[in-house]
Amino acid sequence: MSRALLYKSIFILLAVLGCLYGIIEAPRSKSELYANVQKRIRLGLDLKGGSHLVLQVQVQDAIRANAATAVEKLRADLNRLGIQYQSVDHNTPQKLEEADSIQIDVKGLPSGRSSDFKGLLDDRFPEWNYVPVDSTSWRLNMKPAMLVQVKRDTVTQSIQTITQRVDGLGLTEPSIQQYGSAEADFKIQVQLPGVDDPARVKEIMQTTALLEVKEVKAGPYGSVDAALAAHGGVLPENSEVQKQIERGDSSQAPEERWYILTRSPIITGRDLRNAREGRDNQSGRWETGFSLSREAGQRFARHTEGNIGKNLAIVLDRRIRSVAVIESRIEDQGQITNLRSQQEASDLALVLRAGSLPASILVLEERTVGPSLGADSIRHGVISGLAGLAAVVLFMLVYYKFSGVNAVVALLFNVIILMAALGYFQATLTLPGIAGVILTIGMAVDSNVLIFERIREELRTGKTVVAAVDAGFNKAFLTIIDTHVTTVVSAAFLFIFGTSPVRGFAVTLVIGLLANVFTAVFVSRVMFDYVLSRKQQVVELSI
Amino acid sequence: MQILANPNFDFLGKRRLFIGLSVLMALAGMVSLILKGGPRYGIDFRGGTVVQVKFQQSPNLDKIRNALQQKGLGGSTLQPYDRPELNQVLIGLELAEESSLDRGRIAIVEALREALGGEANKLDFNNASVAALADRLRDSPQVGRSALTSAQVDQLARTLLEFRNSPPRSGLIKNYQDLASLPGVNPDIISALKNETYLGAFTIREVALVGPRVGKELRQKAILATLYALAGMLIYIAFRFEWVYGVAAVAAVFHDVLITVGFFSLLNKEISLTVIAALLTLVGYSMNDTIVIFDRIRENLKLSRRTELEPLINASINQTLSRTILTSGLTFLTVLSLFLFGGEVLNGFSFALVVGIIIGTYSTMFIASPILIWWKGMAEKRTRARGPVLVEKPANRRKVAGR
Repeated sequence: MSRALLYKSIFILLAVLGCLYGIIEAPRSKSELYANVQKRIRLGLDLKGGSHLVLQVQVQDAIRANAATAVEKLRADLNRLGIQYQSVDHNTPQKLEEADSIQIDVKGLPSGRSSDFKGLLDDRFPEWNYVPVDSTSWRLNMKPAMLVQVKRDTVTQSIQTITQRVDGLGLTEPSIQQYGSAEADFKIQVQLPGVDDPARVKEIMQTTALLEVKEVKAGPYGSVDAALAAHGGVLPENSEVQKQIERGDSSQAPEERWYILTRSPIITGRDLRNAREGRDNQSGRWETGFSLSREAGQRFARHTEGNIGKNLAIVLDRRIRSVAVIESRIEDQGQITNLRSQQEASDLALVLRAGSLPASILVLEERTVGPSLGADSIRHGVISGLAGLAAVVLFMLVYYKFSGVNAVVALLFNVIILMAALGYFQATLTLPGIAGVILTIGMAVDSNVLIFERIREELRTGKTVVAAVDAGFNKAFLTIIDTHVTTVVSAAFLFIFGTSPVRGFAVTLVIGLLANVFTAVFVSRVMFDYVLSRKQQVVELSI
Repeated sequence: MQILANPNFDFLGKRRLFIGLSVLMALAGMVSLILKGGPRYGIDFRGGTVVQVKFQQSPNLDKIRNALQQKGLGGSTLQPYDRPELNQVLIGLELAEESSLDRGRIAIVEALREALGGEANKLDFNNASVAALADRLRDSPQVGRSALTSAQVDQLARTLLEFRNSPPRSGLIKNYQDLASLPGVNPDIISALKNETYLGAFTIREVALVGPRVGKELRQKAILATLYALAGMLIYIAFRFEWVYGVAAVAAVFHDVLITVGFFSLLNKEISLTVIAALLTLVGYSMNDTIVIFDRIRENLKLSRRTELEPLINASINQTLSRTILTSGLTFLTVLSLFLFGGEVLNGFSFALVVGIIIGTYSTMFIASPILIWWKGMAEKRTRARGPVLVEKPANRRKVAGR
């Protein structure tokens, strides 16, 4: 064996070992081998089972909330400065596309105070543009830079909150990331491999979890109208009407209860230090208890001390969960009672701990593959893959005899490199990815067939074995390069412009083709050379 | 062993016949596409809700349809899925609004539960999650007798559900005794399961909700990506060979995709995301095939510049014929095994490839090469009209073929 051939052989041997390590690492037992393969080759959700979700953050909610805060602040400032006004209100864009149309209308402002009003806006509301509508009315629009910032912050905060909530569920390797353009799409992609209760996870992700503790001013009433009628048709200053949701197990239809609450909460979800599920000692019902941060606890203690005998309401997502009389000073504890199950209690504790979402979340896309379907798909994929491979191997051995062994080794090595690369790059193998593997195997077989047919042609022209092998490889080389580069070029475009399933296809295809140029042209050649170098005089080639 | 010894077929002589055949196939597909108002898109591209349900017994479709109707889901489609003995049904809902996506799925599950019965206050074992099952078992007095730790109960629930999910159960347990042989399961556990759970009549195997806007986006992106990929190949081939080779190759590949999509329309099969992956595979495969022959043509042209194109191309196709047959045959074998053993999930995918490989091989010989001849013929006529004849007849055709 020549020195060059020896080096080449050693190089190939090292490559094989490196790739094998990339797939199975160094297992000491059979079960460890399976575990390692499962760890290295990450299967996509379509094969393993799990949920893929695309969520959209309804940023208009956050923008509306921003406008509401500005309206409150503006009213307070106008009162403070003694500027009279008829009304200050914001519009309520409901759809995402309408988010930018947010505006605040100020009406009935004395025309003599215009300059004071402008001064106030310049001073205290730098994030709003203003234009006069007529002599007594003004319109405020949010500045474009501010709009962009609010939207971006909303998406970032939503991702953080959802990540925290999902992390609390203890799933294996969940992935939550921004998807599409940050300025225009507001999408979040969530991947939950192996999740077996997607409905629950979805609820946990979508719950706004806005917790507020408010003072009850009056109630209960049978309806909104009744509540209003009790106050002469107008709500008292700084208050709102909220409905209580009834969750008893009584069989009769729950009676509606409405309360008038103060608008500004005493405590919000941000004041929480912790939340935990628990069980009421007497009724045995599940509940979620929460504790407050030190500062909020002091505030709460002061408030309860001064309001003994009055009612407090615990409001979750704008629905009253419970109303209770303040019997004594309460320092830093509270409960949301009457929950259906332990799971509901622990889920609520989880979302309270993670904090509320700044905007509501819409599901644009969901693909959930149940674990049983994933298992079936893998089995089918493996059976058909092995059947196909076996047919190819058998045929190559029969048709090309000894040279067929060479082709089969190159083919198997190709598959090993492909799998190892998937492991090293931490890429996931999906169903479209398997399509890429099939095309790779097809082209790998093709490369070998091209070379062998070429060698046969050369042999027929009467060349010696060594010369024929040499010419066969050289002439087929250009063809192989052309076919492979063309396919790699197209795969690159698919990767750049395609959606994630198409990308999965492109990734396995590119890796497979690169591996194939190596195995079909280089490895296969070295094997031929090795066989030929062992004989003194080669007169015949088994091909 | 040799499939064909020295083949010498006149592939190009009958090119009019084959081009006619291609036009006919393409037309049939086009007519079907036009009559049916475009391809039959799967849920991925159309938007809507699809729930795949597996039943214990052969499902009574009328009963399910009635139950869905009562939930206001009269527009839903019911479609048996895969082999009949698997008792699987796809329930589909067309939805226009993103915000109602989830509601449709919940309503479907509720309708099924009402139609097929469930037991109040018990957990449906066949749709339970590990956490829910573990919670139930922890509360059970029978499990209490076994003195299991919380972690052991979790492990037990996991073992039970992994068994339920693995084939051949595929998500449905028919009898509690089937669980008896699992590690950690004793008669106490079985009776606890019987007390806390019931064996529901169906299980949800797959859910896909795609908002119509997302569907449209996916469709556009898939088409765009494919067009860019074709353009990329065209440019590379033009760079390596000549413009006309690139055009011919891309035309042939386009022809393949058109006919395959036509076949899908004729047989009323759905185009889903995986079918798109298959079409991309087919593009790669057909292109590969075409380039191999073009390479031979280029090589033969270098060996002998002064020859007529038609016999030269014919010889090139013949020289690579055994390779073409071998490769196509072997790839066809792999794809066929995927079609036969790959199950319903891969059915559309493998069908596209089974059709595509035949069409792809055919198009290389009978579409791409004639385009080359036609183009060169046109160019020749133009030169002839302008000046003297440049092309001479070869003295010996056999020499050209390199034999």
